[in-house]
Amino acid sequence: MSTATLDKVEAESAASPYITVTFRIRRFNPEVSDEAMWQDFEVEIDPKERVLDGLHKIKWELDGTLTFRRSCAHGICGSDAMRINGKNRLACKTLIKDINPAKPITVEPIKGLTVLKDLVVDMEPFFQAYRDVMPFLITKGNEPTRERLQSAEDRERFDDTTKCILCAACTSSCPVFWNDGQYFGPAAIVNAHRFIFDSRDEAGEQRLEILNDKDGVWRCRTTFNCTDACPRGIEVTKAIQEVKRALITRRF
Amino acid sequence: MKIHKYDTVIVGAGGAGMRAAIEATKRSRTAVLTKLYPTRSHTGAAQGGMAAALANVEEDNWEWHTFDTVKGGDYLVDQDAAEILAKEAIDAVLDLEKMGLPFNRTPDGTIDQRRFGGHSRNHGEAPVRRSCYAADRTGHMILQTLYQNCVKEGVEFFNEFYVLDQLITEVDGVKKSAGVVAYELATGEIHVFQAKAVIYASGGTGKFFKVTSNAHTLTGDGQAACYRRGLPLEDMEFFQFHPTGIWRMGILLTEGARGEGGILRNKDGERFMEKYAPVMKDLASRDVVSRSIYTEIREGRGCGPEGDHVYLDLTHLPPEQLDAKLPDITEFARTYLGIEPYTDPIPIQPTAHYAMGGIPTNVEGEVLADNDTVVPGLYAAGEVACVSVHGANRLGTNSLLDINVFGRRAGIAAAEYSAKADYVELPENPAQLVADQVERLRNSTGKERVAELRKELQETMDANVMVFRTEQTIKTAVEKIAELRERYKNVSVQDKGKRFNTDLLEAIELGNLLDLAEVMAVSALARKESRGGHYREDFPNRDDVNFMRHTMAYREVDADGKDSIRLDYKPVVQTRYQPMERKY
Repeated sequence: MSTATLDKVEAESAASPYITVTFRIRRFNPEVSDEAMWQDFEVEIDPKERVLDGLHKIKWELDGTLTFRRSCAHGICGSDAMRINGKNRLACKTLIKDINPAKPITVEPIKGLTVLKDLVVDMEPFFQAYRDVMPFLITKGNEPTRERLQSAEDRERFDDTTKCILCAACTSSCPVFWNDGQYFGPAAIVNAHRFIFDSRDEAGEQRLEILNDKDGVWRCRTTFNCTDACPRGIEVTKAIQEVKRALITRRF
Repeated sequence: MKIHKYDTVIVGAGGAGMRAAIEATKRSRTAVLTKLYPTRSHTGAAQGGMAAALANVEEDNWEWHTFDTVKGGDYLVDQDAAEILAKEAIDAVLDLEKMGLPFNRTPDGTIDQRRFGGHSRNHGEAPVRRSCYAADRTGHMILQTLYQNCVKEGVEFFNEFYVLDQLITEVDGVKKSAGVVAYELATGEIHVFQAKAVIYASGGTGKFFKVTSNAHTLTGDGQAACYRRGLPLEDMEFFQFHPTGIWRMGILLTEGARGEGGILRNKDGERFMEKYAPVMKDLASRDVVSRSIYTEIREGRGCGPEGDHVYLDLTHLPPEQLDAKLPDITEFARTYLGIEPYTDPIPIQPTAHYAMGGIPTNVEGEVLADNDTVVPGLYAAGEVACVSVHGANRLGTNSLLDINVFGRRAGIAAAEYSAKADYVELPENPAQLVADQVERLRNSTGKERVAELRKELQETMDANVMVFRTEQTIKTAVEKIAELRERYKNVSVQDKGKRFNTDLLEAIELGNLLDLAEVMAVSALARKESRGGHYREDFPNRDDVNFMRHTMAYREVDADGKDSIRLDYKPVVQTRYQPMERKY
């Protein structure tokens, strides 16, 4: 390399936005060991980048065995919920600069679901709870030829809970769910809420009965972990409270 | 190796795959194989809306929509298919509403509609409100609604199954689909799915570009599986660059932002689209707007210290309107750029967005083996396919429409076919190709790294076959891709395990991207004209005499096993509209 090129490289690195960040990642691979362990990785990264970018940098440049799910990389697909510095977040919606990169950033799988490898968990119990609340529009009588009418106010009534991307950040942040996987969990209740409060739907009573179960809404201790965890800003605890209230008043 | 038998197998669980699955499951024993969980698909990232001439808010009809689609596609659209798209759009939207989709509503309680690029009243007179929408999350709502209805219908999913090979058996001289081969991510096991009918709905190929709105997982797996088995790919040179991606990141900011009144501005604050499209202005078709942005940048009117972007200005719109109609994209600006869209313009640049080309099909979704012959039992719908309703440039809101109209059609056609067809015998050692591919990669000791090759591919694609192309730039890309394909033979992975080996899968995906990038570049080199998303600076005009035809690219393998691309052409179906000069 000529001196001129070296100078240029140095000049660029002087102005570089990059900093050194330590990622402390919970590793688990039963093909290798039955024990999970922490592993540190140091990467040079622009703090304006996402935690997901950091994980990619590790996987692509340092250790190809690091395993995690991801797809859209901008908070829409719900693949990459993980526990980052002790809080459930989407890795693609969390900027490194926002979580104090001066200290090691811890990354673990979400809790309450069986870890299969590194940051990958078994999502099946989560989706089973979702399917159990009948998450689809149920109507009676003949279908209209055109669309069903719905006022803007009626549409607004359940807007918040339509935003759910099924990432499991809420359910896996819930202490009740950690202790008892039979609990439906916040995400399933959110998706029941989305239909119970949809003026077009006619199966609200059935869904309420499902959630009246011993593993249903009454298990919620109102800790607000789910609301804090939701990357879509859904007021999850409020939705659960509304379902509880509907069970008492039978009005929705 | 496990062998499964189903009447109908669907590859992919995005909008097209799930719309097909709802129909196919009612009529036949159906399995959906998907490399992601169903609601993870990139359909969910679509924002602005789904076009249909419902005429809920102003006069409109499907014929105007057909015309706009044909004109938007720079007359490379097959007009019979565009007519079906526009006609069936109305029922497609109403069907979704009946399935529960929470559309925004008018004061009368009907589905609300808004303006979108290239959609006009009466053949280009003025913008028309045709896009049916749910805030700026229409794709999310479609994906959720379709998944909800898959749950209702009891659709059987195989999640995190990667389809890596298409099985074709020749019966009495006719190539027929026999099934697919899939790799199970959780276990590393290989599965053969014998099926009477197979539907590809596996999405696009955008990850061969660097700045793209596409998900990491959009690696053209379906196109590559069919192409490697000798089936053609149509119009691969036509790729859409969406005008408004977040600067450097490529994250999509919906055209609905301009539909709501957003304005593009250069560094002087000038509304530059008035110069390029006096009638439709910021709502001209996407190819036109993307070229205009780059023209501004090239002529020194770009923003920022490097002058490499322009602004999407929403600051004149009331905050309530942004909150109600564009909540997600305004949040993207806050999260990823630290910008408040109420008060500051958003830096944007064109982003690689959508493959107009793909696996050629007819209007029933049947895959074509050449210009005329269908492959019995093989279907495709959505971005993986080329019907062609998008021609040289897709209109915004026509892709959410495409997946619903042609997903449904393919689902019905495939299930009806499998109801009367017999299983086609599997080829000998059906899993051989996939098993060899997986073993070779797992055991390779080569020195090349997947991430490095992919980065070089993305950089050459961005530099050479993006919005502006010339013979020289495309040749540079072709040579670079050839070099990368050679180096790919020495690629190795670090993860040698069977369990959730995403390292291995990324290597396979890169192989798909390299094959498809080559098809794209070679097809682009041969098209010596400019049309829609394909703009050649050395041939800046459309040439209807020589190029009013679809490209059909075939993989050929010579006696030594060396492969090459053979290009052929297919006529465009023209019905009512004669090509005219395209102005907005």
